[in-house]
Amino acid sequence: MTPSQTAKSMTHGEAGLVLVFALSALLCLFAAAKALDSAFAFHALLSSAASLAAVIVIANRYFARPAGVTPQEINGRPNYNMGPVKFAAVMSVVWGIAGFTVGLVIALQLAWPALNLDLPWTSFGRLRPLHTSAVIFAFGGNVLIATSFYVVQKTCRARLAGDLAPWFVVVGYNYFILVAGTGYLLGVTQSKEYAEPEWYADLWLTIVWVAYLLVFLVTIIKRKEPHIFVANWFYLAFIVTIAVLHLGNNPALPVSVFGSKSYIAWGGVQDAMFQWWYGHNAVGFFLTAGFLAIMYYFIPKRAERPIYSYRLSIIHFWALIFLYIWAGPHHLHYTALPDWAQTLGMTFSIMLWMPSWGGMINGLMTLSGAWDKLRTDPVLRMLVVSVAFYGMSTFEGPMMSIKVVNSLSHYTDWTIGHVHSGALGWVGFVSFGALYCMVPWLWDRKGLYSLKLVNWHFWVSTIGIVLYISAMWVSGILQGLMWRAYTSLGFLEYSFIETVEAMHPFYIIRAAGGALFLIGALIMAYNLWMTVRVGEAEVQSPVALQPAE
Amino acid sequence: MSFWTRHQIFEKNSIILVAGILVVIAIGGLVEITPLFYLKSTIEKVEGIRPYTPLELAGRNVYVREGCYLCHSQMVRPLRDEVERYGHYSLAAESMYDHPFQWGSKRTGPDLARVGGKYSDEWHVTHLINPRAIVPQSIMPGYAFLSRAEIVEAEVAAHLRASRAVGVPYSDDQIANAAADLRAQADPDNAGVDAFTKRYPKAVARNFDGKPGTPTEMDALVAYLQMLGTLVDFKLYNEKANLR
Repeated sequence: MTPSQTAKSMTHGEAGLVLVFALSALLCLFAAAKALDSAFAFHALLSSAASLAAVIVIANRYFARPAGVTPQEINGRPNYNMGPVKFAAVMSVVWGIAGFTVGLVIALQLAWPALNLDLPWTSFGRLRPLHTSAVIFAFGGNVLIATSFYVVQKTCRARLAGDLAPWFVVVGYNYFILVAGTGYLLGVTQSKEYAEPEWYADLWLTIVWVAYLLVFLVTIIKRKEPHIFVANWFYLAFIVTIAVLHLGNNPALPVSVFGSKSYIAWGGVQDAMFQWWYGHNAVGFFLTAGFLAIMYYFIPKRAERPIYSYRLSIIHFWALIFLYIWAGPHHLHYTALPDWAQTLGMTFSIMLWMPSWGGMINGLMTLSGAWDKLRTDPVLRMLVVSVAFYGMSTFEGPMMSIKVVNSLSHYTDWTIGHVHSGALGWVGFVSFGALYCMVPWLWDRKGLYSLKLVNWHFWVSTIGIVLYISAMWVSGILQGLMWRAYTSLGFLEYSFIETVEAMHPFYIIRAAGGALFLIGALIMAYNLWMTVRVGEAEVQSPVALQPAE
Repeated sequence: MSFWTRHQIFEKNSIILVAGILVVIAIGGLVEITPLFYLKSTIEKVEGIRPYTPLELAGRNVYVREGCYLCHSQMVRPLRDEVERYGHYSLAAESMYDHPFQWGSKRTGPDLARVGGKYSDEWHVTHLINPRAIVPQSIMPGYAFLSRAEIVEAEVAAHLRASRAVGVPYSDDQIANAAADLRAQADPDNAGVDAFTKRYPKAVARNFDGKPGTPTEMDALVAYLQMLGTLVDFKLYNEKANLR
């Protein structure tokens, strides 16, 4: 039977999804009518409209597509599915700029509180989760989905599994972000740090995440290569562990199925332990394992060198994922959490320093024999500096997990500075590097629109990061010392508000640093946009440089 | 066969790789979390701990909704300066009915674990409406809109029921009278005040926001703040009894 004779018919996936979304459109409309609070009504209506849109899009796609299934290979080469990758890559830039902007706004609010406007929707308490979720889950999450779908196809030499499934993952994930983000502004939150979305958003994310795991895993199963490439181990650990953490930390009982408010199953100490088991491993598996996968693919690729040591990457992988899980209690030093758990958390956090630096060494040493490229290739420089920042913050983290250090640093801006050296320096830069590599590849451009602009991005953002983290080091240590300062007569020297007042100049410096980082990202957005529109603009090979002797 | 050759089983079989990952990441969590549910020493037995009154719970939900935990911790650590600044270090029992816990991780503002009774209701209301009216250097947002938002009485019982389902020991009596108790606590002249204080020992009925009429979110939040850290009488508390 030749393909041209096949009658066109809907696949099971298409028909099933159309049915599910049609049903969901009706159910959401019903829920909107019965809603107990306006935020829930808004989300139900939004979901109803989105479900309807999904039905229309799937139907349109069906009518537009040729009969028969998409071939897995064309002329013996894998027929890669890069549509969802492009979508996630674009969304990551959009969300990144949104997230950095909200970060700048809340940084300014801390310096000048009038900017809270005293409206419910614009107060710091609602915008801060918007910032953290937008940068971690929206920007970081889209970078991870985009790169993982790209890397898994290339390293398995196989087309992404599923027809609609990859699209379901990328669009579904971004819809989760939309619901979570608008929820924060409307006061829909569990107030569990980095796990703020309420029960219905959590349920939706669970479905999307299972689909993500299946698409990724089945693509690996279809691979044409005997070995599963290192980066895919890290992606897999990230996907699997985030699923476990999400389910463990979020079981909640809604007050009503027609309302947004729920009560979390865990209480008090147990909730605290679950929360930081989740919270620290959101760092460990979302912001570390996932981005290490990026390091393991994009740095060797860009440097055109093999990974420094395959054996080191095996040790790095297992040691990192085993040790990370234990580190959560260091967020709860000197609290009502039992001491034995705090001690375990501290011990494993210190041990974690070793695999972290093992990974850093593996990334940096991949440059062996290609160090001269740092002078000519700003993208590679960005990737390498990100690994250096990774090394710095994975030294700082274990140090801060030591109880005596933590007694000073905890509750202060030092923590914020530490997070941002990791988030801006490591996660941000490795993501930017990956996007700079991937966008020309995805849109079939010879190179980036402008390497000069990448250089500008690199320097503007680096100066921004340095301003940010040094301001937070000074303010954090200063505030910690002021809280515990005593006069010669044995009284506490400073009232709390005096310590708040002392933070003001550092909050301004921090906001300036954040603004520079945002400007850098805007330069990148312009550069990537022009790369897609016009491609390479200038002569990319600059004057031949003499390699260092 | 060397270790590196043996490792190929993970490199060549995705399902074994996933199983390996699951086993390796399960260990730490199981060791650190499960004992907290059965070791009796995790939460000490203390006199005075009771579930939140309906009004306090409504106030706590405002606290949760507005993300107060992002700037205020509720966890006094056993360090000299903290105990002198805020009061007795926090006990696990004091947050045992907290779903979710609100220990926090940042002190952009001061710790609130023992803020109850430190300031007058009027101070709190004025401060919440415009923090800089009382503390000129404060960087806290204003929450004037809380005075205008009324608590939906019809839903109060459902909140208690949901809390009970996740482990807070509300009695049938407390659930049946949830709406009445909410009204009584915000109005000291209400006929139901005696029955209310019988159901919630040592709870205080006051007109927290100083305005007549239906309880507002301001009433609720101030009622919550004013009870924080006041349930345990530390004159009677025996530290040695809970040595672990």
